[in-house]
Amino acid sequence: MIRHDYSRVEPKRRANIDPKKRQFAKAEYAQQDYKHRLNFYTLPPTAEITLEEFETWAINRLKVLSELEACSFRNRSPEETAEYMTSILNKYLPLRANTSRGTNLQEERKRDHYSHFILRLAFSSTEELRRRFSHLETILFRLRFREDDPRERQGFVRSLDLEWEEVGDDEKRELRDQMLAAIGSKREEEQDWFKVDWERVPELVSQRKVLLKRGMAYVPAKEQTSLVVAEFTKRLDEQLELTARALPRLDEDDRLAPILAHLSQSFTAPEAAYSSSDANIDGLSAINSGAIDTLSQNFPLCMQNLHMTLRANSHLKHYGRLQYTLFLKGIGLSLEECIIFWRRSFKLMTDDKFHKEYKYNIRHAYGDVGGDSNRRGRGYTPYSCQKILTEPLPGPGQAHGCPYRAFNVENLTGLLQRVGIQDREVLQGVKEDVKKQRYHVACNRVFEFAHKKEIKKVKDEGTWSATDLDTIVHPNTYFKRSWLLKHLGDGNAGVVSGDKMEE
Amino acid sequence: MPHSVTPEAIPAVEQLIAKSEPGTQDMAMDDAPSAEVEDKAKVNLEDLFDDEDSDEEFASSAPVKSEEDASQPAATFKISDKSQYSDPDVMRAFYQRLFPFRFFFQWLNHSAVPSNDFAHREFAFTLSNDALQRYQSFPTADLLRKRCIADTPPRIDIGPVYSTNPRDRKTLRKASAFRPISRELVFDIDMDAYDDIRTCCTGANICQKCWAFITMSIKVVDVALRDDFGFKHVMWVYSGRRGAHAWVCDKRAREMDDSKRRAVYGYLELLKGGDQGGKKVNVWRPLHPHLERSLSILKEHFQTTILAEQDPWAEQNSAHLLNLIPDTKLREALQKKWDSSPGRPSASKWADIDSVAKSGALSKSSKELLEAKQDIVLEYTYPRLDADVGKKLNHLLKSPFVVHPATGRICVPIDPRRVEEFDPLSVPKVTELLVEIDEWSGEDSEKKIQDWEKTSLKPYIEYFRVFVAGLLKEEKEKGGIKRERDENGDVMEF
Repeated sequence: MIRHDYSRVEPKRRANIDPKKRQFAKAEYAQQDYKHRLNFYTLPPTAEITLEEFETWAINRLKVLSELEACSFRNRSPEETAEYMTSILNKYLPLRANTSRGTNLQEERKRDHYSHFILRLAFSSTEELRRRFSHLETILFRLRFREDDPRERQGFVRSLDLEWEEVGDDEKRELRDQMLAAIGSKREEEQDWFKVDWERVPELVSQRKVLLKRGMAYVPAKEQTSLVVAEFTKRLDEQLELTARALPRLDEDDRLAPILAHLSQSFTAPEAAYSSSDANIDGLSAINSGAIDTLSQNFPLCMQNLHMTLRANSHLKHYGRLQYTLFLKGIGLSLEECIIFWRRSFKLMTDDKFHKEYKYNIRHAYGDVGGDSNRRGRGYTPYSCQKILTEPLPGPGQAHGCPYRAFNVENLTGLLQRVGIQDREVLQGVKEDVKKQRYHVACNRVFEFAHKKEIKKVKDEGTWSATDLDTIVHPNTYFKRSWLLKHLGDGNAGVVSGDKMEE
Repeated sequence: MPHSVTPEAIPAVEQLIAKSEPGTQDMAMDDAPSAEVEDKAKVNLEDLFDDEDSDEEFASSAPVKSEEDASQPAATFKISDKSQYSDPDVMRAFYQRLFPFRFFFQWLNHSAVPSNDFAHREFAFTLSNDALQRYQSFPTADLLRKRCIADTPPRIDIGPVYSTNPRDRKTLRKASAFRPISRELVFDIDMDAYDDIRTCCTGANICQKCWAFITMSIKVVDVALRDDFGFKHVMWVYSGRRGAHAWVCDKRAREMDDSKRRAVYGYLELLKGGDQGGKKVNVWRPLHPHLERSLSILKEHFQTTILAEQDPWAEQNSAHLLNLIPDTKLREALQKKWDSSPGRPSASKWADIDSVAKSGALSKSSKELLEAKQDIVLEYTYPRLDADVGKKLNHLLKSPFVVHPATGRICVPIDPRRVEEFDPLSVPKVTELLVEIDEWSGEDSEKKIQDWEKTSLKPYIEYFRVFVAGLLKEEKEKGGIKRERDENGDVMEF
């Protein structure tokens, strides 16, 4: 069915030992010789290391990966990420080129190798963890690949033995114009081209950056990175799948298991940025469907936009409803009230149609119906900015997503003015943020402007700590903070208690 | 009235209320739950019987019904045009006499010998009370047929092939042992997406004018799938009302994972941004060969369909067109011109852009204006795919050849080589077809003539037969030695 050709270790490289003695036998290639800085992590390590090394190496790599994840959440460009990561990589996971004068190249590479495999063990248990691990390892690999010495990189790529067919001269002449148009290049520079099955470069296909002909993608040599990285991810995904299946058979005592469990736990999911405590806001009594109109003043722009669209059209399309429903759930609207809210909002619709076609989805979002796991998990979690920003852009007639990202500048400015942001300077700042694709910065800018007075007050009085005023990365955090700030005098201390806001 | 519901339908395990978007053809249920809604099931069953009882009011349907065995076309009852299209009697006759189960089976099974490709495939039945039964599966075409005749589902959806039989999914020790492993790459083009530029009809209505949107979309997507991605077995199907589906059946396409499906969609998608996003086309120059080719296909349609027929910028509606023109000076000149003569049709306005630009009201280069005009052509004509249908392996899509419950039309294949000739309004309705069978006056020669051959459904089923034969041939060639051995014996007939 599915073949794992790549994932098999070559028979002659396998540790050929009598299974009965395996535990005590010496592997034939205990110490690997690392010729290249980069590593596809095909061969598992076999040498012995101490428990302490096991843990520290893994933790160091984990630190690097978490920083990388933070970079991708903050929407940093590859260059900014590279710059930011340099010092962190040097500290926790140095990996120098052959040409460098470093004396312990082998030791560095060994750590890189071993820590990768330890984390692989720790993060193979669930689909979610595997996906994130593979995503982050891919970013790390790409980062290192870009920075590698060109000659060494070439040597490394050659050693991988990937099957790429070079485009012959005749074909090159025939297709040159099309190939150049496909990569968006106007210059007529000579370069080498590879021909591969398009499935091997889905990234380039998806962005329409290569020429496709009869199922083959014509990839310019400079896109080699993309090919190698895709191959890296593909192999890693396969290997993780295999690791996951082998994991239950890891007949382990209590030395490694706790370390592994601990490692995967400390790698908390970004979705946890929403904590259920966000729904319990001091001083805000149980919300009912009638209160939404008033509360919508405290909503972030994405939700205000949905609310206004809903009021204007008495309807929202599927993804708009989903995004809004989850947000409302997140601010503490109960299922019953939520159904009432939608029923009243869809003024032009018959009861019959509503019950038939809409009610189920609301209940599903709350986990009231649906499969076992849905009900146990109480439906979906409210969407974070990260989630909203990485979803595809809304299509015609749709109003979901992040307005900072989906709207053009004129319409965005118009919308901001409608919700009361008139200040020239702020609008200009938003414009620049948006141009740099820093949508959450724009959103936080608007928040700070709209709550300028209150923020100053809590800062002066010292009632809120710096973490309470950290960058907002979740629409529900936006609401909670906004509501608390606007109700400072209403008998609540305005302390954001208990909830940890992670980035 | 005897319950023509087979016992297996009664402990309906998962009956879910259909939760489709209004108007969309396909249900968004990628992670739709498989819950047992027991209280619901009870209600649904009552409804079901209500429906059965109400049969009596259709006086024209004689009570003679051949229950299970339909191979004897003994049942003779007249259906008048007035019957509701999804009436159980109409449906039963349809499944007994018209639905091409044999080719349907071969299509999904990829061989004449029953295999897991068919047996592990999910089917979802929408019953006449709108309840949805998911995870149905059938080892053979005959069993599927029997079930269809018994339950008379007005709609059948096709899901993926699973790693185990979908019926057994709850008995598995581990939930992960039940996962989708293959399905056709599918596309859905729906008129919904064109509502902002369609002027001739609204909502569920269509006419030949707006069908042109679907025609040009099929042209653009079809050639990209074949020439660029190298797929050979692409079947286009009329969705029964106002859209079309594509089923890419190549083995290579069926085995794609979600990320590859997303890549294909990314390659084909062009228009980005919601209603507030402003300009929807943002592309690099030089144009990617796929876009260059699409543009040359679409140019012609822009002249006829958009400028002449849809006339989207007539009267006061030219604001959007003006917004798309990058040159402020030109924009103002045009605005003035159009304000003074509000009656100008879209074609004249389109021509005005060049003529006003030539007269000197252009501050940018003519190349930029040309590019902006190209972008406008693309915005108004480029295919608008419903992305959610095809990006996931486990999405359901309505099966070909079922009856659309609202229009009564059959979801027939569309030949992409003759897509211009296809007229959705002349697609046969189920009731017409049943009348055609009855009125057929030819003679049964030595070879038995199938009921569908007596009707205007014949050319469509012929097309399907040839399509399936082509697919099977390739599967056999690629299947290698193992398949060959099976084929040595007589080919099994169904």
